[in-house]
Amino acid sequence: MEKILQVKDLNISFHTFSGEVKAIRGVNFDLMKGETLAIVGESGSGKSVTTKAIMRLLPEHNSEIKSGEILFEGKDLAKLTDKQMQKIRGHDISMIFQDPMTSLNPTMKISNQIMEPLIKHQNMSKHAAKARAIDLLKLVGIPKPEIRVNQYPHQFSGGMRQRVVIAIALACNPKILIADEPTTALDVTIQAQILELMKDLQKKIDTSIIFITHDLGVVANVADRVAVMYGGKIVEIGTADEIFYNPQHPYTWGLISSMPDLETESEELYSIPGTPPDLLDPPKGDAFAPRNPYVMKIDLEQEPPFFKVSDTHYAATWLLHPNAPKVEPPEVVKRRQSQFPSIREGK
Amino acid sequence: MAEKKKLLEIKNLKQYFNQGKANEVKAIDNITFDIYKGEVMGLVGESGCGKSTTGRTIIRLYNATGGEVLYDGVNVHGKKSKKELKQFNRKMQMIFQDPYASLNPRLKIADVIAEGIDIHGLAKTKKDRMERVYHLLETVGLNREHANRYPHEFSGGQRQRIGIARALAVEPEFIIADEPISALDVSIQAQVVNLLKQLQKEKGLTYLFIAHDLSMVKYISDRIGVMYFGKMVELAPADELYRNPLHPYTQSLLSAIPVPDPISERTRKRKSYDPASHHYQENEPVEFWEVTPGHFVLCSEKEFKQYQTQIR
Amino acid sequence: MTTKENTISKDMFVPAHVDPAKSEKIAKKSLNFWQDSWLRVRKNKGAVICLVILVVLIIMAFVGPLLTPYSYDTQTTKYNNLPPRIQGLEDVHWLPFDGTLTRKDGTEYNAYEVRKVDAYYWFGTDNLGRDIFARLWKGTQVSLFIAFMAALVDMLIGVTYGAVSGYLGGRVDSIMQRIIEVIVGIPNLIIVVLMILVLKPGIIPIIVALTITGWTSMARVVRGQVLKFKNQEFVLAAKTLGASDLSIIFKHMIPNMFGIIIINTMFSIPNAIFFEAFLSFIGLGLQEPHASLGTLVNDGFKSMIAFPYQMIIPSIMIALIMVCFNLVADGLRDALDPKMRD
Repeated sequence: MEKILQVKDLNISFHTFSGEVKAIRGVNFDLMKGETLAIVGESGSGKSVTTKAIMRLLPEHNSEIKSGEILFEGKDLAKLTDKQMQKIRGHDISMIFQDPMTSLNPTMKISNQIMEPLIKHQNMSKHAAKARAIDLLKLVGIPKPEIRVNQYPHQFSGGMRQRVVIAIALACNPKILIADEPTTALDVTIQAQILELMKDLQKKIDTSIIFITHDLGVVANVADRVAVMYGGKIVEIGTADEIFYNPQHPYTWGLISSMPDLETESEELYSIPGTPPDLLDPPKGDAFAPRNPYVMKIDLEQEPPFFKVSDTHYAATWLLHPNAPKVEPPEVVKRRQSQFPSIREGK
Repeated sequence: MAEKKKLLEIKNLKQYFNQGKANEVKAIDNITFDIYKGEVMGLVGESGCGKSTTGRTIIRLYNATGGEVLYDGVNVHGKKSKKELKQFNRKMQMIFQDPYASLNPRLKIADVIAEGIDIHGLAKTKKDRMERVYHLLETVGLNREHANRYPHEFSGGQRQRIGIARALAVEPEFIIADEPISALDVSIQAQVVNLLKQLQKEKGLTYLFIAHDLSMVKYISDRIGVMYFGKMVELAPADELYRNPLHPYTQSLLSAIPVPDPISERTRKRKSYDPASHHYQENEPVEFWEVTPGHFVLCSEKEFKQYQTQIR
Repeated sequence: MTTKENTISKDMFVPAHVDPAKSEKIAKKSLNFWQDSWLRVRKNKGAVICLVILVVLIIMAFVGPLLTPYSYDTQTTKYNNLPPRIQGLEDVHWLPFDGTLTRKDGTEYNAYEVRKVDAYYWFGTDNLGRDIFARLWKGTQVSLFIAFMAALVDMLIGVTYGAVSGYLGGRVDSIMQRIIEVIVGIPNLIIVVLMILVLKPGIIPIIVALTITGWTSMARVVRGQVLKFKNQEFVLAAKTLGASDLSIIFKHMIPNMFGIIIINTMFSIPNAIFFEAFLSFIGLGLQEPHASLGTLVNDGFKSMIAFPYQMIIPSIMIALIMVCFNLVADGLRDALDPKMRD
């Protein structure tokens, strides 16, 4: 498979009143053509910062890319001028934001908002752009697009607005679509529709999607591959099956077991103790160590490197070191791991 | 269920905003249900269905347009003396959704938690007051050192626990938890849910747990009510609701929950709900029928008969 | 992506103990609202400099008149219209403190030598021979007093009115807002002029005249804030705990508006100073021998060509005060506005 985007050893800091916050601390990943990569993590884990860095949307006055490369078609996005970046943004890479209520301009007709990138990036005539706008609305499943295209955002419901946002993002057939929690603000039934739509569209136009979310259920629904982020780092990355049925990092274990599925009956939910690390002063060693029930001495001393589980599956935990003792994962994870061989065979 | 004592009876509760005007909104449209002592009653539905309004109307943050809320047989609404109101305030408490908006940013944590203690005069001395605050902080898993800090220094999960401590300070019997976990990270949600469960066991609390995350509601609740546009469409014991959802809206809601399991996600079929699918006749009475003991559905008589055969 | 380090000794892989309570520890130092705000204000150099200048000016407004041997209201007609002259600086020619004046034909002369005056009037004297230095500080003192009082009264009335209006809501709110609209609808100047005519010029009447319309903007701001806070969850929480209306307003709402109230007041002070100066300038201000910055400018204006210093000095003072207050208020807004927090 062809790599369309490579993020290499990315380090990003924010300068705040209280000091330097190391929001991203050495992130590496590749995005393949046509795949959906989900980035999961809690707030402050750096998942949004990573994608904002790709789009170059970080606030200029207090953020700094300390090191690393973001390679898109051989160009390092981190080093492009603003002018060059504008040509890529919305054309080659576009983005869908969390809140459909605020990501549309309330004073502009839907038609103009969709036509804007078309006229700007593809030099379309107004007439052609309008026709394309109607096509796009049809594509994202908005009924009566000829009428709706002339309406204003407030005339659309939340789910419909997010469809419009997707239509705008897809206007120029982007090679990469970054979706930052696109369904978090929506109701479950609407969320299901939007996810369905995104999967459908991806098949039709063959874009790569980076899907940011904190909801593992959503990840299971959309992702081909999953990257789990914690404390500004990717702690585990692999295919969806590998992450869900053969997770290796204790944080992933915690995430998976702390969500009750509809069958969970046990008296107490498994929960990860404590609170996420303060990146103003990240702990020495593994950032997850203070919350890790399987913590070892080495975790407090040294950051774990990536250990290879399979060709596609890597996890950064000392538990995978040959010298590490065997530990018992939580019940839910054990149950899942027992299914894994048959799932792998089944493929 | 018969041996259980009714703690709260909600009878024909109505809450209309902008009543009589063109933009009248029937946020709660004639709902009736009971909450038994010691149980967790879950309330689910999508945004705008009136589930939060129901919670807020029960605790008198809004005055009901019609209907009654009986707490231990006494109506909560209607004219009340200051003393009576204070009694209700002690028995009934609320936990809010947004941990960032639910704590006054200018008060120290000690004062946030002690507000109820001060209002109801529960502590005789300053030392007693602080002892109670420390005890409450420890109950929700925080340390005494946190008492002198300000809300903005805490993470979302910690703030939510402070909100719980504030509610517990007046030693309530009944707590309305209004989407207490939907603003929290996954790893923190479990902490808060475990804490709520543990508190319920220790203190014999009764909860009304409002949420849109059905998997969490299923996990914590004994019974679940499903709301749709101000009406309660289905009410059943939690397991029963998940095993035998009868109302088509409940079915669509259940089919939409994403589960963290790629294989079942790949194969699942989603159902959508269209209110027109009922084909109700004009003037056909639509009521809350008890299909099996404890399992109520909002439907017409014809549908009721159909459900009854379906469930057997 | 992988690195294998087999060099790590085995004993590093034994379970370690981490105190679970430790992860709940907060590393940051605890800062309350004011400490936090001060840190932010401090970053804004302009605001800090202006704050220092303001403090110096306020101190001087009280200390200044005592520094010269001359009183602000003693008339020495013999020594009238003398230009500024300061010991030690009088030999520096490019500074305007050498006691020289320019005649109409352009020639310079030293007024002190010509009129054989052996005295040092630092900022010169006016046409009645009063010391401008003393009058300037006295005037600053009066102007600042008027401005602070006006701002304070504005704040008290505005906050109360706005809080009541917003909190009660409904019909009461409608009526109270209509009243504000009526007050705002009448041109400010007309009300003020009428007030002064009725009350006779003086410090108190000017304050009354300034506040009679000035509180409306504060009332509107506070009402908006109260409406916003009314539905905030921490206010709802207080309600469910049984808190009284008064405690909700004073404990939960107003402390959260401090920032906005202070900013609003800080912007209204320079406005009041300017308005007072304007009233004095059109002759509705303080009467002789009292001085305010406005009356000083007005007096100096009469002999602007011959004795420019008489007008320039108080004008500089007004400008300085206005700029400083505005910049400090700006800095405070950046520091106190919760939207700017990270």
